[in-house]
Amino acid sequence: MRVRNIWIGVLGLTLAASIVACGGKKDELEAPEAGGGAAATGGGPKVDAATAGNIEGVVSFDGVAPKNEPIKMNADPVCVKENATPQTQETWMVADGKLANVFVYVKEGLGNYSYDPPAGPVTIDQKGCRYHPHVFGIRVGQELDIVNSDPTLHNIHALPKGNAEFNTGQPIQGMKTMHTFTAKEVMVPFKCDVHGWMNAFIGVLDHPYFQVTGADGKFSLKGLPPGTYTIEAWHEKGGTQTAQVTIGAKETKTASFTFKAPATATD
Amino acid sequence: MLHRFAKFVAGCTVLLVLAGSLVTSTDSGLSVPDWPTTYGWNMFTFPPSKWVGGILYEHGHRLIASTVGFLTIVLAVWLWMSESRRWMKWLGAGALGAVIAQGVLGGLTVMFFLPAPISTAHAGLAEIFFCMTVAIALFTSPRWIDGYRGHIVSDRNLRIFATTTTAIVYCQILVGATMRHTGAGLAIPDFPLMFGHLWPTHWDAKIAVHFTHRAGALLVAISVLATATTVFRRTTAGELRRPAALLIALVIVQITLGAFTVLSRRDVWINSLHVVCGALVLTTSLVLTLRTWRVKFSGPVRAARAA
Repeated sequence: MRVRNIWIGVLGLTLAASIVACGGKKDELEAPEAGGGAAATGGGPKVDAATAGNIEGVVSFDGVAPKNEPIKMNADPVCVKENATPQTQETWMVADGKLANVFVYVKEGLGNYSYDPPAGPVTIDQKGCRYHPHVFGIRVGQELDIVNSDPTLHNIHALPKGNAEFNTGQPIQGMKTMHTFTAKEVMVPFKCDVHGWMNAFIGVLDHPYFQVTGADGKFSLKGLPPGTYTIEAWHEKGGTQTAQVTIGAKETKTASFTFKAPATATD
Repeated sequence: MLHRFAKFVAGCTVLLVLAGSLVTSTDSGLSVPDWPTTYGWNMFTFPPSKWVGGILYEHGHRLIASTVGFLTIVLAVWLWMSESRRWMKWLGAGALGAVIAQGVLGGLTVMFFLPAPISTAHAGLAEIFFCMTVAIALFTSPRWIDGYRGHIVSDRNLRIFATTTTAIVYCQILVGATMRHTGAGLAIPDFPLMFGHLWPTHWDAKIAVHFTHRAGALLVAISVLATATTVFRRTTAGELRRPAALLIALVIVQITLGAFTVLSRRDVWINSLHVVCGALVLTTSLVLTLRTWRVKFSGPVRAARAA
């Protein structure tokens, strides 16, 4: 009887620790924005192309860009073979003072417009044991094709907060998996647990006004209806910046952002 | 022979604990996204050429766990067939049940993306299973069976001290597992100070869990010291003095590993050895505790008060 009570006590303690652990969060992800969902893209009027305007701009980097962390691929000989040159993370892609891999999008100000469905799927490719692209956007409900072009296996593990988490294995070269997101969320991190250096970020929106800056730091949000908008620029280490922009009919306005390295930036 | 096999199973379980801790330390828990299959393969036919990156740790952990599971089946059947003590038959069956439940918890934590409650329960049950294998090895040892040559220590105070210490160590391990699976391992980034002070300057849930683990380490150290001191003062019996001395040594190593886990920013091997050493502290304390309770078990020998 006494031994049984001890066992009950021990199992109870284990259970209690599990319950305490319920409060833990492994990742500090950005909260999903309110009002997400595929339904947000429907029901309202269509944007009048005759009066639509644009918001353009450049994302700059002020100061000396932090050095990107070197990647050691020794854990998988195939990855070593696939990369003839030393690899680094793509965190701070700075050229001539311009910052790439910044996700720029309309955060607020759009009414209840309805938009044409996306033209086709968006693809993320696992090639050379890296994700291509590293930062990109997609519409709610739009098909995401996940491709493994590597002669090694990967798992693609999405860690959203507002959408459903998924972790899919792709053990064979050429495999393709399709996925759709059901709610808007900026940003959803992707990782490969097999190859810990692989990471990507995807912005999920219920409208088409987003772009990722290239090497020249430029972005262009075209076809916006007249109105006042909050434009947000997101960077994986630099955080977010916002700007208020008002455009009239057929107007093109500019919005520029300048990021600085965080005080503790190492990669 | 049964005793040797039981010791072998307990030894394999140490390896299993190490493999499991490496999975968490390398953040490889989801590198194999399916269960019980491995990337669609039967676990045992998954090609070794594909054991790369995090898969090496996660798949290796699964294979070692399967081996320990098989050994536990053999052990349970062996006990059931050969043991005259009825409760030993059921202890073997209990160990088998624990290792099966442990496998299911391991699968569930993968399928649900490592939720902290399931992962913590997986860690907590692992310690219980390890304790069961060590207990079986102890109960099947010739010296336990013959009652330590007729001189069994019967000391109520020793029983209370040792039992309390074992309970405290287990609680401390559960707090450590909670810290590990909620990502609170570096919530307090410095050691021995906390944010440069003797007491945390600010609090959140993770800092509280981390702080509790550090406070728990102090409590374990005091408890172990008190128990070992009591053992050395009250008895000359080697079967109690040896685990008491080992316990002190292991706690010193364990606290050192804990400190270096923080200072090294969770170095994979230091972090993993900290988990393994914690399990050894628990089972050493358990052996000491069970030996203090030997007099309460039936046996052919008389009890002799040592103090």
